Amino acid sequence: MAGITATKTLTIDAGGVYYRELNARLREATEQGYERIELYNVNGQRYIGTNLRRPVEIVIHGTPGNDLAAFADGLRITVHGNAQDGCGNTMNGGEIVIHGRAGDILGYSMRGGRIFVRDDVGYRAAIHMKEYGDQKPVIVVGGSAQHFVGEYMAGGTLVLLDLEGRGHQAEALGTGMHGGLIYIRGHIDKRQLGREVGVEEPSPEEFAGLRALLADYAQRFDLDLDAIVSQPFLKLYPQSLRPYGRLYAY
Amino acid sequence: MASPKLCRRTQLKTYLPTKFIVERDQDRCIQCGVCIRQCGWGVHELDEEDGVVRSHDELCRACHRCVSFCPTGALNIRENTLSYRRNANWRGEVIEDILRQAESGGILLTGMGNDKEYPIYWDHLLLNASQVTNPSIDPLREPMELRTYLGAKPDRLEVDPRTLEVKTPLSSQVGLEVPIMFSAMSFGAISFNVHEALARAATEAGTLYNTGEGGLDRRLYGYGDHTIVQVASGRFGVHQDYLDVGRAIEIKIGQGAKPGIGGHLPGEKVSADVAATRMIPRGTDALSPAPHHDIYSIEDLAQLIYALKEATNYSKPVGVKIAAVHNAAAIASGVVRAGADYVALDGLRGATGAAPKVIRDNVGIPIELALASVDRRLRQEGIRNRASIVVGGGIRNSGDVIKAIALGADVVYIATAALIAIGCHVCQSCHTGRCSWGISTTDPYLAKRINPDIATRRLVNLLRGWSLEIKEMLGGMGINALESLRGNRLHLRAVGLTEAEMNILGVRPAGS
Repeated sequence: MAGITATKTLTIDAGGVYYRELNARLREATEQGYERIELYNVNGQRYIGTNLRRPVEIVIHGTPGNDLAAFADGLRITVHGNAQDGCGNTMNGGEIVIHGRAGDILGYSMRGGRIFVRDDVGYRAAIHMKEYGDQKPVIVVGGSAQHFVGEYMAGGTLVLLDLEGRGHQAEALGTGMHGGLIYIRGHIDKRQLGREVGVEEPSPEEFAGLRALLADYAQRFDLDLDAIVSQPFLKLYPQSLRPYGRLYAY
Repeated sequence: MASPKLCRRTQLKTYLPTKFIVERDQDRCIQCGVCIRQCGWGVHELDEEDGVVRSHDELCRACHRCVSFCPTGALNIRENTLSYRRNANWRGEVIEDILRQAESGGILLTGMGNDKEYPIYWDHLLLNASQVTNPSIDPLREPMELRTYLGAKPDRLEVDPRTLEVKTPLSSQVGLEVPIMFSAMSFGAISFNVHEALARAATEAGTLYNTGEGGLDRRLYGYGDHTIVQVASGRFGVHQDYLDVGRAIEIKIGQGAKPGIGGHLPGEKVSADVAATRMIPRGTDALSPAPHHDIYSIEDLAQLIYALKEATNYSKPVGVKIAAVHNAAAIASGVVRAGADYVALDGLRGATGAAPKVIRDNVGIPIELALASVDRRLRQEGIRNRASIVVGGGIRNSGDVIKAIALGADVVYIATAALIAIGCHVCQSCHTGRCSWGISTTDPYLAKRINPDIATRRLVNLLRGWSLEIKEMLGGMGINALESLRGNRLHLRAVGLTEAEMNILGVRPAGS
């Protein structure tokens, strides 16, 4: 098409390729200036996206292994499949869109960027997620999360949508939370929450921000935004920025 | 200001006795006010009515800052000799801990390392020297090799017989001119100037210092080749540039002063600089969870080790620090098999900026026993070459260093000794954040007391002094390279130890 510069794209068949080799190829391709890399037959290779120094787009077909995009910054990753454990570990920025589910510790200590998951996520998602300056990490989960989600959360935004309406099963949600916000679509029981968590309805301004975020989410997965926001949301917030300030004698 | 006679939190009147008495020689005191300005705890105060300086003894922590800086030598600090009825069980410290908790209702915090009378095995180990049959070496005349390489060594080495070139690919090694590194102390727990001095001293002395888990201020990136960057459970300040700049990376699992628990840097210590380095908002608590939540097994540890290696293109050693605990040998074996390039063991007497007192004083095992058992276990399993062993936690002088190396350590870590070198008098009050020496504080008024130029010199002097002593001792043993002493227990003999202890240490009794 006239007026549009072609994106420099590389296609790699990752079938049977050892992770070190695959990641070395990715680094090489990134340095060569490829802007978009399509990976086919990905099957459990770890650390995809780690140590890539340019804002490249990676499209993964298959199942990437643990620690997808660990320590990554500024990548755009799309997974056509399920992500495993540790996706977005200590990620500093960028976007991951998962057309499937994600395993445990999604976004552990993530400091920036966004992760959108179409389906469910495992245990301990968004644990110790934190924010700094204008870096505000975001995780939106279309399904539900397992226990300990948002534990020690120190910043950013986590949204649990439960689009299929099966009910939120997570327990110890937000234990030790001392920053950030969690939005829950639908109902959650007080007994499922950590002691440090407060519950209220989002303010109109907060809801407007949430709606804008969900518009992006709905667009990625071709979902109906109005249907998503037709259900009421609850806002979970940390009751104190210093939950353990009274623990010690000096 | 609340009266010091009341508990800060509950406002209950305290029954705690005064610990130290400030003695002021009024004939010498010139009311210059130096002591008033120097004390971080507000002990000294000018009595405006009488025109003399008086002291609130109950606030004194015996850090001796005022004594060191009083221009006329008018001050002395002595322990309050208040006597309790003699009781081997209900000693003064036990009584006072209970009083403090009855008044505050909290976990007792403390700073520095375990101060209890557990055996110090270094003091039960004696070194050998050559006499007649194997002449000693004079280090003033002959070269003595202290150079040490931190990192995994290959199982075997293939050398081209013609060119004498090493054909085996070697993993990344860090050459150290002295077998002594500065162990992890985070910016936040200690002041920026101390970090700078450690960085500069490590650079000058050809060794490494360790950032601790608080990230690294960009002003110190220039010393990156002499920096170990730490990755702990809170992942504070961990990002690509940070991993890139360090010469080695250390995953912190545990710490000798507080094995098994995390860390809470209180919000009041999170100043603008500390917040920027940790990459968190100013004034919030920096909470490090007890475990890394991505590490619940040795396999998970391997995953993080290799994540860090991938992130840095296999260009630097990745070590793992654990506290010396009961099963240290088996754990260390797992750590090495997980791919760690070095294992750092931190013993019972390892220090801290803040830890619950009950944990500091009761959890873990002495470093000497942990070191000996880890070294033996790795040898038995044939994997000792795969990782260097670094030990810390109570290394006080060059004698401890050389004994540690004979027990199997590659390198030692020092922190308390380094802080003492720049002024610390081990008053165990780091957790208050009011360090009068400007070391364990982020208050700019106190922190600027550490002059990085002077502190660097003092640290370099300490390392130089210890290195010279190590060379003397090595020469005395007839050894000209530290490598030849590593794990060589025949150069050690034990005094006053049980059969079981000697078995664990792998050392024979003196006289045998």
